[in-house]
Amino acid sequence: MNFRNVGIVYRKELTEWLRDRRTLISTVLVPLLAFPILMVGMTSLMTVMIGKAEKETAKVMIIHGEDSPRVVEKLGQVKDLEIVPYTDDWKKRISEKEIRAAVDVPKGFDSALAQGRALTVKIYFYQGEIKSSFGANHVEKFFDDYRDSVVSSRLSARNLPSDIIKPFEVKQENVAPPEKVSGAALGGLLGYMVILLSMTGAIYPAIDLTAGEKERGTMETILSSPLSRVDLVLGKFLLVLSASLSTAILAIISMGTSFYLAGNSGAMTQKDAAVFQLHIGFPAILSVFLMALPLAVLFASVLLTIALFAKSYKEAQSYLTPLTFIVVIPAVASLLPGFDLNPKLALVPILSTSLVCKEIVAGTFHWNYILLILLSSSVYAAAGLFIAVKMFQRESVLFRS
Amino acid sequence: MIEARGLSKRFQDKKRGEIRAVENVSFTCQPGKIYGLLGANGAGKTTTLRLLATILEPTDGTAVVCGHDVVEEPEKVRANVGFLSTATALYPRLTAEELVEYFGRLNGLDEPTLKKRVDDIFNRLDMNGFRDRRCDKLSTGMKQKTSIARTLVHDPPVMIFDEPTTGLDVMTARTIITFISDCRDRGKAIIFSTHIMSEVDRLCDRVGIIHDGTLLADGTVPELRTKYAEHNLEEIIVKVVGPLLKNSEA
Repeated sequence: MNFRNVGIVYRKELTEWLRDRRTLISTVLVPLLAFPILMVGMTSLMTVMIGKAEKETAKVMIIHGEDSPRVVEKLGQVKDLEIVPYTDDWKKRISEKEIRAAVDVPKGFDSALAQGRALTVKIYFYQGEIKSSFGANHVEKFFDDYRDSVVSSRLSARNLPSDIIKPFEVKQENVAPPEKVSGAALGGLLGYMVILLSMTGAIYPAIDLTAGEKERGTMETILSSPLSRVDLVLGKFLLVLSASLSTAILAIISMGTSFYLAGNSGAMTQKDAAVFQLHIGFPAILSVFLMALPLAVLFASVLLTIALFAKSYKEAQSYLTPLTFIVVIPAVASLLPGFDLNPKLALVPILSTSLVCKEIVAGTFHWNYILLILLSSSVYAAAGLFIAVKMFQRESVLFRS
Repeated sequence: MIEARGLSKRFQDKKRGEIRAVENVSFTCQPGKIYGLLGANGAGKTTTLRLLATILEPTDGTAVVCGHDVVEEPEKVRANVGFLSTATALYPRLTAEELVEYFGRLNGLDEPTLKKRVDDIFNRLDMNGFRDRRCDKLSTGMKQKTSIARTLVHDPPVMIFDEPTTGLDVMTARTIITFISDCRDRGKAIIFSTHIMSEVDRLCDRVGIIHDGTLLADGTVPELRTKYAEHNLEEIIVKVVGPLLKNSEA
């Protein structure tokens, strides 16, 4: 191996790569812009939709209730509700969004309440429809408050303190530090994103540098130079790896910025905004990249090998696109709750890295697993690179027609 | 000097089985001479030239180029060869200058030598007008000149040309022919395959006629004319290959 020649090939591939609009779009522009567009779009849409739904005075229909004027009158006084006259097709009207909800006040509700008999009030709404849910919530809140006031008046009529029905309070308190909370919530996504993007970022350069060269007729040109095929494949491999890592890094920067902006924009309630507050430190991010590095090496070499086998750009694309699913499935599996690392899973490529990244982001460092995963994925990466070098030495692959 | 010694190349094809692309081909080309390799499409010319340029590895036999064995020292062979064919395209996103410099560096030239060599070639081939233009924006003639500059940058003692004028207009083809002739005058050993007999007449000192991977005739043009009692080179080829074609048709 000649490092000077590897460097020359790498520099030349880098120059060509930076001048290729197609690969630049897929490896730089898309990861950089995808998150801000997605986040800004999502949050503004959410804010607009929720704000609009919350401001709306919900039209609600009362079923029965003719013999309970008290509760009907009180319902009519709720400012967020507009009571519409009863019609038999109330179900259809909810479905067609003409009214938001219907409330079934059972027969003799007022008198049952006076006699201390418990009856059930039913609220009908359209699940999944946000405005219908808000309408139903307003009705439910009214009945909750009404029930509380009835309980209070019954207690005071009997000269009993109000805490007789609530002898003690129960409250949950979080002891997990912020990074653990965000680690469990969104942090798992970081490892997944790095893995997935280091794969997708490598696809186009890998095709361009192999099948693309065959298609353009430059493969024979470079093979006629004194450059050894090992140096050639290493120079190309380093470029694909650079593209893969820069895609992942750009996407993470973009993701971090988007989350930060979304969490601090003031458009959301404090509770919603807290979801977007990622407390992931720089060491954790660096560790995730370190863990993903052997995997990126594996992706770059496997993609180069497969794309080299193809005769044309199109053929290579049809081979490599399904590979994305092979990467997505274990990466997604690692996000499932209860999927934890064990010695066997530590040997499964992609899944193991994704799982350990989730732990690292959450602040847990299982050093024995980290070392085992780093070792196993490095072995897979070395094997992938070895196969890529071998493939570049096979005439049947280079001159496949 | 180039010396092919029983060069053979066989490929495996799933449908057709073993294909004998080149079979036991031997010939010699001295420095300052041009060896023309003639034959129909699929006769084995390109495979022979690829074997000499070490782009392919021979199944049997070998060749020695400038004292280096193509099997034992392929990288040293390539360092002594300039290879130009219709299949050796240019990198579209590099400029003409960057492309020539790239191959100069791969051939081990240091930066001062490379700069001097590039300037010299660009002046000689009148390429300064499109020096900084990307290869995908070049005309066919400019591309061909850039390819020539690429093969010349390391000043190799051996040049291999595989149908270098195919598909080119008269003026560009003329530039190439002049360039090949110029290479001979500079003492380079040249192997050249073509379909155009006027080029053979004008350039070749020695000719080999290849058919079905086998070298059927080898000699100087006057020797072949005497042997086959024909002046026209096309007729000589028909005389050499014709009987085999009739046998295969029968």
